[in-house]
Amino acid sequence: MMRFIITIKMALRALRRNTMRSILTALGIIIGVGAVIAMVSIGNGAKAQVQNAIAGLGDNLIIISPQSQNTGGVRGGAGTGVTLIPADADAIVTDLQEGSNRVMSVSPYVSGGGYQILANGLNWRPQSMLGVGPDWPDIRSWKVAEGNFFSDDDVKAASKVCVIGKTVADTLFPEGSAIGQMMRIGNIPFKVIGIMDVKGYSNNQDQDDVVLLPYKSHMTRLSRRTSVNSIYVKARNEDVVERVKTDLTDLMTQRHSGVIDFQVQDQAEIAALRNQATTTMTYLLGAIAGVSLVVGGIGIMNIMLVSVTERTREIGIRLALGAHGKDVLTQFLIEAILLSSLGGMMGVALGIGGSEIAGKYAGWAVEPSTPAMVIAVVFSSLVGVFFGFYPARKAAAMDPIEALRYE
Amino acid sequence: MAPVVKIEDLHKIYDSGEIPVHAVRGVSLDIHRGEFVALMGSSGSGKSTLMNTLGCLDRPTRGSYWLDGTDVAKLDSNQLADLRNQKLGFVFQGFNLLSRTTALENVELPLLYSKKRMSAKEMKDRAMYCLEIVGLSKRYDHMPNQLSGGQQQRVAIARALVNEPQVLLADEPTGNLDSKTSIEVMGVFQKLNDQGITIVMVTHELDIAHYCKRDLILRDGVVVRDELVQDRSVAEQELQRLAEAEAKAKLIGNPVPAT
Ligand SMILES: Nc1ncnc2c1ncn2[C@@H]1O[C@H](COP(=O)(O)OP(=O)(O)OP(=O)(O)O)[C@@H](O)[C@H]1O
Ligand SMILES: [Mg+2]
Repeated sequence: MMRFIITIKMALRALRRNTMRSILTALGIIIGVGAVIAMVSIGNGAKAQVQNAIAGLGDNLIIISPQSQNTGGVRGGAGTGVTLIPADADAIVTDLQEGSNRVMSVSPYVSGGGYQILANGLNWRPQSMLGVGPDWPDIRSWKVAEGNFFSDDDVKAASKVCVIGKTVADTLFPEGSAIGQMMRIGNIPFKVIGIMDVKGYSNNQDQDDVVLLPYKSHMTRLSRRTSVNSIYVKARNEDVVERVKTDLTDLMTQRHSGVIDFQVQDQAEIAALRNQATTTMTYLLGAIAGVSLVVGGIGIMNIMLVSVTERTREIGIRLALGAHGKDVLTQFLIEAILLSSLGGMMGVALGIGGSEIAGKYAGWAVEPSTPAMVIAVVFSSLVGVFFGFYPARKAAAMDPIEALRYE
Repeated sequence: MAPVVKIEDLHKIYDSGEIPVHAVRGVSLDIHRGEFVALMGSSGSGKSTLMNTLGCLDRPTRGSYWLDGTDVAKLDSNQLADLRNQKLGFVFQGFNLLSRTTALENVELPLLYSKKRMSAKEMKDRAMYCLEIVGLSKRYDHMPNQLSGGQQQRVAIARALVNEPQVLLADEPTGNLDSKTSIEVMGVFQKLNDQGITIVMVTHELDIAHYCKRDLILRDGVVVRDELVQDRSVAEQELQRLAEAEAKAKLIGNPVPAT
């Protein structure tokens, strides 16, 4: 044990003797590990955001969205076709909601923005302008803070009413209540009848920068379209989600005369789908990490070989004074491992620092991953073992007298 | 009593170059415990080669070598390393100190590879004691490049002593020293020898060989003379005489007037 501690001390001293060279040698590992840790932190942040966003949708949610269909091998683009119409939503209400207690609420969803709002002598372009049904607050678990949400009648009549988010309210009506005020959306006057509760940010989006309209109003007066983007259905509880999905699929298949031009997904599936990209990314990062560690390892092996040659005399002296080959092997191996694991640790520090800075400037959520750090350090140590072994063995196999004669 | 060092018909042929060099050609030798041998001979006569073989650093091409009754040829490299560490102390012709390592740490080095378990403090004390023997304890934290040639030589001697060897092998230990320091080193050797350590040392100087008990002369790889030293010099007395002479010189010496 004593001998081992002394060996570590000797190795540290040897590295310190050539500080600059040691740092340059470990640079491959430092940069490789740093890049991976930074990417993983950023990737993790993104993943967490997606998960938050999906969790924020509301519980037990099922979303029906159009899907490109395969007709005779020809695949249309995603979301092509006028597949989902308000009547589909109505059918869900009549066939599934009434008469069963499994479906709680249903709402079509129409998005489409870019409309300029003019109110109170002020201009504003909200991040989203959605056409939804009266069940929307229930589906999104989002309360109305002031005033009321629009009713079924408002939808049927395509009334010129709207409910706005807090940001919109604060921006356009800084003084006094927005309730009852008129706003011109794309030159059409709408009356504000409610203000939603503050929801905050998700995915770096201000969720309160929103205008909600009855979907019929959105479709007929603004976006002038007949189809909806999707239909949101809320199941009563977790246990019936699967059953509701089957029912929805059956009903929609029947309504679409047997053509599956839609997809029915619950939250978990949506989350999985979105995470797939991140997962692919993670594998890619792993591959990059592997390559960079190998490159870093070769750098270490290279310098260790140079070091062994340079220190032939030292090795000769040690062997002459009674060191076993094993002692010399340990010494050089420990040097290599120290080099690579210290490089790994510096890489971790660099990665965390780098991702924090990048996150701050680019506005990304950053979430450092502890397992990734541990793995990075462990792996870089292993790289040291692997690539340090050959030079160390070369040193250990030296003949004392030959080594002493070396000039 | 069996000899500590016994070699029989030892040959060493270097065949790494174009023509093989027959450096040692059949040397047989018995060295007993407590002997103090001077190995002399002109440059290239095979002294270092013989010493390296005695030091178990190099294997002979032919012939046998028993160290303290052990047939060295039968040992593997680890056993040889232990032998060098435990039984032998070697002072190299060119010091062979670790650079950028303090005198103390250089002296501690054989202890690191010793089989005896020692605490860091014990090692340090032991190394310090050996530096004291060679009169260098004040320079313990100096690096080799901060020491004079003679001081480096003495660090090398201290290092050879640190594991209390039975046999001390020194290849020209006074080669780089002035005559006074040489005598000091010989004083150290004589003291060690009095304590029972067997010493074999290479030297070119006859008056240095005079401090030893036995004189061996090597020529072209063969022992041509082997005799006991008559009227052996005693370092302590020589030093005393030197000091007196010096003191006298100081008393009567006239400083050269500045021009
Ligand atoms: N590694 C070697 N390879 C080939 N020849 C060698 C080697 N080492 C020594 N020799 C040769 O062997 C002979 C004896 O060399 P050695 O070093 O033993 O001499 P030496 O008596 O110690 O001389 P010196 O007094 O100059 O130190 C010389 O002719 C030398 O050239
Ligand atoms: Mg020599």
